[in-house]
Amino acid sequence: METVEQIRDRLLARFPGAEISVITNPGVAAQHSLLLDHAHARAIAEFLRDDTTLKLDQCSNVTGIDWPEKKITETSKVSVPDPAGGPAKVVEQKTERVQPGMLEVVYHLYSIALRHGPVILRLRTGNRTDQVTVPSLTPVWRACEFQEREVFDLYGVKFDGHPDLRRILMWDEFKDFPMRKDYVEPDDYEWEPTPHGVVLEKAKAHYPAPPPAAAPATGGAKP
Amino acid sequence: MSISDLSPLSAQGGSHVRAVHDEFHGDLLEVSMGPHHPSTHGVFRMIVTLDGETIVKLKPVFGYLHRNHEKIGEGTTYLGSMPYTDRLDYLCSMTNNWAYAIAVEKLAGQPVPERAEYVRVILAEITRLLNHTCLAGFLMQDLGCSGTPLMYAFREREYILDLFESLSGSRMMCNYQRFGGCRVDPSADWLEGAKKLTDRYGAFLDEFEALLTGNEIIMTRTQGVGRLSPELAIAAGITGPMLRATGVNYDLRKVDGYGVYPRFDFRVPLGAHGDVYDRYMIRILEMRESIKILQQALASIPTGPIMDPKAKLRGFRPKAGEAYGRIEGPKGEIGFHLVSDGSPNPYRYRVRPPSFINLTVLEDMCLGHTVADAVIILGSVDIVLGEVDR
Repeated sequence: METVEQIRDRLLARFPGAEISVITNPGVAAQHSLLLDHAHARAIAEFLRDDTTLKLDQCSNVTGIDWPEKKITETSKVSVPDPAGGPAKVVEQKTERVQPGMLEVVYHLYSIALRHGPVILRLRTGNRTDQVTVPSLTPVWRACEFQEREVFDLYGVKFDGHPDLRRILMWDEFKDFPMRKDYVEPDDYEWEPTPHGVVLEKAKAHYPAPPPAAAPATGGAKP
Repeated sequence: MSISDLSPLSAQGGSHVRAVHDEFHGDLLEVSMGPHHPSTHGVFRMIVTLDGETIVKLKPVFGYLHRNHEKIGEGTTYLGSMPYTDRLDYLCSMTNNWAYAIAVEKLAGQPVPERAEYVRVILAEITRLLNHTCLAGFLMQDLGCSGTPLMYAFREREYILDLFESLSGSRMMCNYQRFGGCRVDPSADWLEGAKKLTDRYGAFLDEFEALLTGNEIIMTRTQGVGRLSPELAIAAGITGPMLRATGVNYDLRKVDGYGVYPRFDFRVPLGAHGDVYDRYMIRILEMRESIKILQQALASIPTGPIMDPKAKLRGFRPKAGEAYGRIEGPKGEIGFHLVSDGSPNPYRYRVRPPSFINLTVLEDMCLGHTVADAVIILGSVDIVLGEVDR
C-alpha cells in the first residue's frame, strides 16, 4: 500500500486547494494519519473509497478525542552577552504558549477488496464550545452512522450531513458530554424521589445550605 | 399498499413511514419491543413501526447497560482495564483480552513469546466454539424450539467454562492475557483436557447438526429471512460471521495474520445468501474449522516462557503515540484504539465493538418482515449488550 505521504500528494494533485497534512505518530506503531479540511473532507473520502489502487471500502472505527486547552511550557537556551564584556552566558528561557482546545474525530479505513489498511483520517473542530461542527462521513460509509452518533453523544461533535444525529447511549434529556476531559460527574446521580441515607448526605454537600429560618419574634404580645 | 411500493431506504438512512393515518389503510402501529424482552438478549429496545404485520420502520434504542466503559478506561492504568474488557462481551472474555493486549503491544512495541501466542490461539478458538455454540442455542430458542438445543449448547459450554476456570480461576471473567504474554502457564494436564474437549467436540456438533441443520421447520423459518447484500454489508462495516455469510471472504485471521495463525491450515467458510440460515450455518462451519486449528495448535505447542521476561507489569508507561489493534473475535472485528500521552493511563481508550456496529443494518434486514422474523434476525446478529452499550 502507498505511504501516507504518497496518498497526500495524490490527493493534493486531485483536489487543488485542499489542505491536507500528515500527522505523524511518534509511537512504535507508526500509524500516521491525514488531517483533512472540512470543505473537502466528503469529496476526499469518496475518492479514497472509489479509487482503484486504494479502494478503502470499509470504515472500521470512528474515535472521538477531546483535547482541552493546554498550557505548554517550552525551555530554550539563549546566549546572553555579558555587559561587562566577558564571554556570553547561556541562559535557559521559558516560554509559555497556549495550545487551543479542540475535539478530534479519527476514522480508521481498511480495504476489504484489496486487503490493506489502515489509512487514518482526522477531522478537527475549531474549538470546544461553538465551532464543533465537522462534515459527516456517513453518506460515504454507512458504518459511521452509529459511531458518529456516539461521538456526538459523548463528545458533543456535531456532524453536518448526518441523517439521524441523536443521542445514542445517553438518554435524550441528558445535557452534558460525559467523555470530555472536563466533565464533572453530578453528585446526585442516584437522585430518587424519596432520597435517603448516602444520597441525602451527598446532596447536602452539593447544594447550598437553605437560608436560616427567621428567628422567632420575642417580646411580642402574648396571647 | 405493499412493501414494494414504499420508497427504498436511502443510503442516508431515510424513513419508510407514510403518513400515519390514511382512510384506506388505517393506522400504523408503533410497538416498543424491549428493553425487558426475552428475545432481545439483554436490555435492548427496538421501536418497531408496523403496517398491519409488516415492519416498515425499526429504530434500535441503546444505552440501558451504558456505564461509560471508555471513561473508566481513561481513569485507570493500562493493565487496570484488562479485567474490564472481560465485561464487554462477557461470553468471549479471552478474545477481548487478546484484542486489548494486541493493541497495547502495538502501542508499546512489546514482543510476545511463541508459547504465549499458541496459548492465545488455543483460547481464542475455544472461545469461538463457546460463542458460536451458545449463539446457535439462543437462535433456536428465539425461533421457538424451546429448551433442547439451548440446553445441549449450555452443556458443552460448561465443559469449556470448566477449562477456563481451571486455567484462569474464573469461568467467565478470565482476565488472563497480559501485555507480552499470558498470566499463567497452562499445565500439561490442562492441555490434555483441552485436547480431550477438541476431540469430543466434533461428535457434539454432529449431534447438534443432526437435530437442527436439516430440520424442515428451521429451514422454512430462516431461509430468505433477513437478507443482507454484500455491498451493504461492506459499506456498513459489518464484520465477522455476518459479513462472511453474505459471501465476502474477509477473515482477519487470514488478512492480518496476527499471532501464529499463518502457521495453521484452515479454511474460511462463506455463505451465499446472507440470510439467517446462512448466518447459522457459517457459525457451525467455523466451529469445525476451529477444531482443526485447535488440533494443530495443541499438537505443535512449543515449550518456553509464557511471558516476555522484559515485559513490564508495574510502572508500564508506553511512549506518546497511538495504535489501533484488532483481531477476529467470534462476533466480528474487535479493535482497540489507544492514544498515549506517556502517562500510566491511556489518554484515550476506545473500543470498536463488533456487535454494536453490526446492528447498523438491523433495520435494513428487518424491513418487510414480521415481528417474529425481527426476533430471529436480531438473534442471528449475535449481540451481547455488555459490548453494545459499553
